[in-house]
Amino acid sequence: MADKNGFFDLSKTTLSRRTALKGIAAGAGLALAPGFVRYSQAQSSAPIRIGFQSHRTGIGAAYGRWYEKTSAAAVKAINDAGGISGRKVELVIEDDGTDPARGAEVVAKFAKQHKTDIVFGTLFSHVVIGSAPAAGENKIPYFVVSEGHHVASTKLNRYVFQPGITDVKSQIQSMAPWIAANAGKKVTQIFPDFAFGYDHRDYLPPALKAQGADVIAQIAIPPTESSFTKYFPQIPAETEVIYHVMVGPAVLTFVKELGEFYGSQRPQLFGFIDSLEAVDINSPGLEFLDGSHFWEGSPRYAQADDSAAQKAYRAAVGIDDNGAAVGDPKDVSTAAHMFGCWETLYVVKKAMEDAGYKGPEDRAKLVEATEALKEFAEGPEHPQGPKTFNGKIHQCFGIQNISKVEGGKLKVVHKTKIEDGLYEPEGDYTTQAL
Amino acid sequence: MRDASPAKAYALHIGVIALLFALNFVLPDYHQGLFARIMALAVFAMGYNLLFGYVGLLSLGHAMFFSAGLYGAGLTVYHLGWGVPEAFLAGVACGALLALVIGLLALRTSGVAFMIVTMMFAQVFYLLILYFAAWTGGDQGLVIQQASRVIAIGDASLDLTDPTVRYMSALALFAVVLLITLAVVRSRFGRVLVAIRENEERTKMLGYDTVANKLAAVVASGAICAASGAAYALLFGYVGSSFAGVQYSILPLLWVLLGGAATTLGPLIGTLFMYYVTDITSGFTSAYLLIVGVALILLVLFAPRGIMGSIRERWLGWLP
Repeated sequence: MADKNGFFDLSKTTLSRRTALKGIAAGAGLALAPGFVRYSQAQSSAPIRIGFQSHRTGIGAAYGRWYEKTSAAAVKAINDAGGISGRKVELVIEDDGTDPARGAEVVAKFAKQHKTDIVFGTLFSHVVIGSAPAAGENKIPYFVVSEGHHVASTKLNRYVFQPGITDVKSQIQSMAPWIAANAGKKVTQIFPDFAFGYDHRDYLPPALKAQGADVIAQIAIPPTESSFTKYFPQIPAETEVIYHVMVGPAVLTFVKELGEFYGSQRPQLFGFIDSLEAVDINSPGLEFLDGSHFWEGSPRYAQADDSAAQKAYRAAVGIDDNGAAVGDPKDVSTAAHMFGCWETLYVVKKAMEDAGYKGPEDRAKLVEATEALKEFAEGPEHPQGPKTFNGKIHQCFGIQNISKVEGGKLKVVHKTKIEDGLYEPEGDYTTQAL
Repeated sequence: MRDASPAKAYALHIGVIALLFALNFVLPDYHQGLFARIMALAVFAMGYNLLFGYVGLLSLGHAMFFSAGLYGAGLTVYHLGWGVPEAFLAGVACGALLALVIGLLALRTSGVAFMIVTMMFAQVFYLLILYFAAWTGGDQGLVIQQASRVIAIGDASLDLTDPTVRYMSALALFAVVLLITLAVVRSRFGRVLVAIRENEERTKMLGYDTVANKLAAVVASGAICAASGAAYALLFGYVGSSFAGVQYSILPLLWVLLGGAATTLGPLIGTLFMYYVTDITSGFTSAYLLIVGVALILLVLFAPRGIMGSIRERWLGWLP
C-alpha cells in the first residue's frame, strides 16, 4: 500500500543499485557468520566449556566487568592446578545486556549453539529470573552469583543453583543481632521502591523484632526520584538507626542530601555496600558516611587479619589493598560480591568431579552431585569464609562482614556466624523431575 | 495503491508462512528457538504497524499493550491457575480493553502530542507494575512454571516448552495475525485508515467518521500487540516489567521502520533483521548497539521506506 504523499520518505533518496548490492553482500556475510556454524559435541579430553552470561552492557556493566575478571582468574587458577578431572576449563562469554529477555536467549544459545557444559555467572535478579525458564527447558545447570533470594525461594527450577554467595534474605537476617546490640533499637528504613528494596522491607522487621528492636518507619523512594530531601522529614525524630539501601547513580545525591539534612547530629547509619559497589568510598559528597557501617560480603579493603587464602585470592584477581584494580586506583572493584564467581567455579569443579562428569549427557548427574554438597571449608577455594549448602533449596549460607567507614577505608568490625543467617526452607527442588 | 493482484498477494503471504513452516525442520536448534521468539515479536511489530503504518499515528507507548497481554496471560496462570487458552484470551482482552480506554483519551490529540500522551500512559502502566509488585513481581518479574505451560486436549497434551510445539504455536499466531492484517488492509476499513493517514480532513469531508475509525484501529493494534505479549509469556515463561519499559515501545517502531512501514511483511523482516544483527554482532563486540544504530542510520539514508517499502517502490508495486 504505497504512501503517495511520501509519509515515510525521510529523505526522498531512492535505493540505488550499488546500495542494493551492498545490502545483498552484507546479508550473505551475515549468513556465513559464525552464528550459523554447528558446533560439534565436546569430547572427553576436550576442555570443559562454561558459558558465562555476562552483564557487559546495560545497568550491570560495572559488575559484569569485575565478574569477568574474577572468573578469568579462577579459571586460570583451576587450570594451573590441572583443571577439572584433568580437563582444561574454558569460559565462553556472551553479553546479556543486563536484560532478562536477552538473558533467556543467551542461555539458549549456550545450550544449543555453543553447547557449553553449564551456564554461569549472572548477577542481576531480573536477568536470573528471566533466564531460569530457558535453563530448565534446556536442562542445562545454571549457576548464578546473584545474592537474590529467588533461587532459595524455590520459585525457579531444579537446574538453577546459587552455591557461591549467600542470598539477601540470609544476609539481612544476620545483620539484625549486631544492629540491635550496637547501633540502636529504633530503626528507620530507606529503600528504593522496587524488588531490591522489598527484600529489605520484608525481611528486616521480623529479624529485628527477634532481637528486641523495631523498625519504626519504612520510607520507600520511587525509582525515578533524583532528589531526596523531601523524604527526610518523614524520618521519625526518635530514630536511632537509619538503615539505607539506595542503589544506582542517585546514591551520591542521596548521601549528600542526607548529610545536609542532619549536619553533625545524625543517627547511626547502616547500609548495604551494594549502594557503593565500584564507587570510591572517598568520592566527594560521601564524607557524611564517615563513621557509618556497611554490610560487606567480602571486604573491599585488605584487613590486618586477612587469611593467606584471602591474600592469594586478591592477588590472583588483581585488586590492591584498597580494593581497586592493581595499577588503576580509580577502578574500584565489586569486591563484596565478585568473590562469589571464584567460589562458584570451585563448587562446579567439586560437583563435576564428584559426578564423574563427562559431557552434556551427564548434566542430570551434575545437578544431583551439586545437591549432595553440604559444606565448603574456608581456604584457597573459598577465601571469603566457610559455607554450608542446602541442596534442597540450592543455596549456600556463609558468614557476613560488618565494616565501619574509618579514615576513608572500610574496616571490618564484626563477622557474623553462619547460623545467624539460616532460615526455614521454603520448598524443595529435589522433588522436581530432572 | 496498485491493486490488481489479490491472488499474487495471498500467494506470497501463504508462501512466507509455508517457508517458515519448513524452516522448523531445517534450522539448527538455537535458530529454531530464536525464530520462535522472532515470530512472536513480529506479531507485536505487526500490531504496531497497523496503527503507525496505515493510520499514521506514531505511538511511543505500545509497550503497555504488549505488557497488558504479557501480564494478562501471565498473572492469570500464576495466581489463578488458569489454563493456557483462557490465559491467552485474558491477555488479548486486557490489551483490547486498555487500548479502548487509552484510545478514547489519547485520540483527542494527534502528532507529537499523541506520542507524548501514549508515552506517558505507558510510563504510568510501567510504574503500576512496580507499584503492585506483590502481585506482579515488580522489576524482578515472575516465572511461569513449565508445568503450567501445557495445553491439555482430551488425553493428549501440548507442551509449549517443547521446541517444535513452541515454534509451531508462534507460527500459528504469526500466520493468523499476518492474514488478518492482510485482509484488514485490503478491506474498506483499511482504505479508510490509509485515507486518514494521507488526509484526515478530506476523509472527514467525504463523510467518514475518522475518530471512530482511528479508535477501532487503536483497539485492533492494542489487541494484536497484547496477543504477542500473551504468547510471549506462555511460550517463554517469564513475565517482567522490563517489557513495559520505554525500550519496548521504541523497538516495534524500529522493527517496523526497518522492515518497511505500511507493508504487511515489513514487521517480520525488520524484527528478523534486528534480531540477527544483534545476535551476531554481540558475539564480536560489546558495542553491538552501535552497529545496530549505524545500520539504522544507513537505512534511513539509503532506504527510507524500509526494506519491504523499498522493494515495493523499486520492483514489486503490488506488494500489500
